[in-house]
Amino acid sequence: MRAFRSVTSPAAVLDRPDVDTDQIVPKQFLKRIERTGYGEFLFYDWRQNPDFELNRPECRGAKILLTGPNFGCGSSREHAAWALQDYGFEVVVAPSFGDIFFSNAVQIGLVPVTFPAADVKSLMHAALDGSELTVDLETATIADSSGRSLRFEMDPFVRHCLLHGLDAIMRTLQHEADISAFEARAQSPVETTAL
Amino acid sequence: MSALRPAPLRRRSGGERYLSTLMPRTLFDRIWEAHVVCEPDAEPALLYVDLHLIHEVTSAQAFDGLRLAGRRVRRPDLSIATMDHNVPTDDGPVVDPLARAQLDALRANCAEFGIPLYATGSGREGIVHVIGPELGLTQPGLTIVCGDSHTSTHGAFGALAFGVGTSEVEHVLATQCLPRLRPKTMRILYLGEVPFGVTPKDVILATIGRIGVGGAVGHVLEYAGEPIRALSMEGRLTICNMSIEAGARAGMIAPDDTTFAYLEGRPAAPKGADWERALDRWRELRTDADAVLDRQIEIDVSELEPQVTWGTNPGMVAPVGGAVPELSDFDDPDERAAVERALAYMALEPGTPLHDVHLDRVFIGSCTNARIEDLRLAASVVAGKRVHPKVRAMVVPGSASVKRQAEEEGLDRIFEEAGFEWRRAGCSMCLGMNPDILAPGERCASTSNRNFEGRQGKGGRTHLVSPAMAAAAAIAGHFVDVREWERAEL
Repeated sequence: MRAFRSVTSPAAVLDRPDVDTDQIVPKQFLKRIERTGYGEFLFYDWRQNPDFELNRPECRGAKILLTGPNFGCGSSREHAAWALQDYGFEVVVAPSFGDIFFSNAVQIGLVPVTFPAADVKSLMHAALDGSELTVDLETATIADSSGRSLRFEMDPFVRHCLLHGLDAIMRTLQHEADISAFEARAQSPVETTAL
Repeated sequence: MSALRPAPLRRRSGGERYLSTLMPRTLFDRIWEAHVVCEPDAEPALLYVDLHLIHEVTSAQAFDGLRLAGRRVRRPDLSIATMDHNVPTDDGPVVDPLARAQLDALRANCAEFGIPLYATGSGREGIVHVIGPELGLTQPGLTIVCGDSHTSTHGAFGALAFGVGTSEVEHVLATQCLPRLRPKTMRILYLGEVPFGVTPKDVILATIGRIGVGGAVGHVLEYAGEPIRALSMEGRLTICNMSIEAGARAGMIAPDDTTFAYLEGRPAAPKGADWERALDRWRELRTDADAVLDRQIEIDVSELEPQVTWGTNPGMVAPVGGAVPELSDFDDPDERAAVERALAYMALEPGTPLHDVHLDRVFIGSCTNARIEDLRLAASVVAGKRVHPKVRAMVVPGSASVKRQAEEEGLDRIFEEAGFEWRRAGCSMCLGMNPDILAPGERCASTSNRNFEGRQGKGGRTHLVSPAMAAAAAIAGHFVDVREWERAEL
């Protein structure tokens, strides 16, 4: 997973609540067995409509997505996070996220920033007025081009992982002795191979 | 159960940990604490996973990751795989080359890493959330994960079960653990008595309608109260299945004699002296009367009606006697705009009575409502009647085992004589990843769990309902109140 420090870019505005992962990447693209190349499928059905928000010329090259509450609700498909990242987004800012989507995003280094709804709205206004935004994870701030800067909250451990691009499996394997000790004292009651 | 809740880590010293065992605890607390492998400083707890369920759609990239890193599967004996999302439900072969490649990859990966696989034709295949319980693998007190959001289903047994993405599927394959910050807890306490003709599906749809599709984000739900105690295991599975549709990390119901009676004698259930020891353990799995949860809401079910969704998420729902809402019913401008978009997609006029919504398709199936009780209920509604000539209706059993049992009971004949298609087990039209899809513009009454745009096929329009409501709608050609329906005694 890649490390993230900061990004300055135009921001795309998708001001809708409850955007589900079926919209982010429709089901017909989940049959591939690769992990890359999902960007072209991002919001596949919605993008057929020329008026769709992300088709606006000012969204071209945006690395920051500003959106509504409960973004990424629904299916656990990590393909949704892969598609956003492959399309070019590095940061998604929303008042809240679907829990599984949030986990998936962090796993791959796509930065999910939770911000109060009113602040997301004001960032949307700034972005629609043509302001670039700067998301800085080290200082946990988002700034617009007028110089206004807002702080956001993020769990310190999550932030640490994103800043350093840490491999989660490697980290868990450092606790091998604890895992083995747990297995020795708490035998799982099921045995799938014995069925 | 995201690892990643933006909240401070809880740190406990050894003394506090000891005290905590004397403090009142929730069902969730008990399972959580029994599975903490370690709590490293400034990191989330490492949680042990007792059972890992695997299917073809979210696992291929995880196995690739293992190979790239030269890692093995730590506990193939705690893992089990099946084929469900992609499989066609007619008798033909897998024609779609992408679907076939994904199924072949699962077969090869399970063989390479020693994971038991119930492939199509094995007799034990089915929707992953249907076969876990019916094999007796889903047991009280377990931690269960799967690369599928409807893993919440298994919480019906008093297990802590949650969906994860592919990176975390790989994490569990490699380590049998997941790092997790402790989620919040929320109890939904049901009061009253569920009226005649109102099913668990109606209860959970009404619940989501009340708290919203983001209403339980960050929380593990516990469903409690007499109306829950009165439910069969299959009814409880329907309730817990849709926890994710309220945004919950998991949903749980404390186990009781209903749970134990369901489990006894199933292939993976403990036997003999182990069974007695298991019962002793399982009876401890409850929320103490004086335990405090982070949130609680109460819902009186006595006035509940059968429910029908009218929009593009499961929270957009109304009683069958009601109507599509007016835009003026919504004060919040964002919500009003979302409803306007939903109604445009659904091609519904505000104020339309739900009885006047006519259907092209009916789907009875999915991990929400394709168990034997669901099929019995639907069959009792359609017995001796005919599917409306303008409707194409299908029944897709949740597993090969459900299919066999239904056929032994003659339900397949009742459905076929009424004009339903009787299919092989699979996820089918719940998610449109196989040949069972809606054509653009088709309107469907579906017993599945998601009415998102395009979920059942691009441009398809989905109304979520119970199996009884879907069955009655198939006959009438439009939504009707199944409570007024004449039913056969089967």
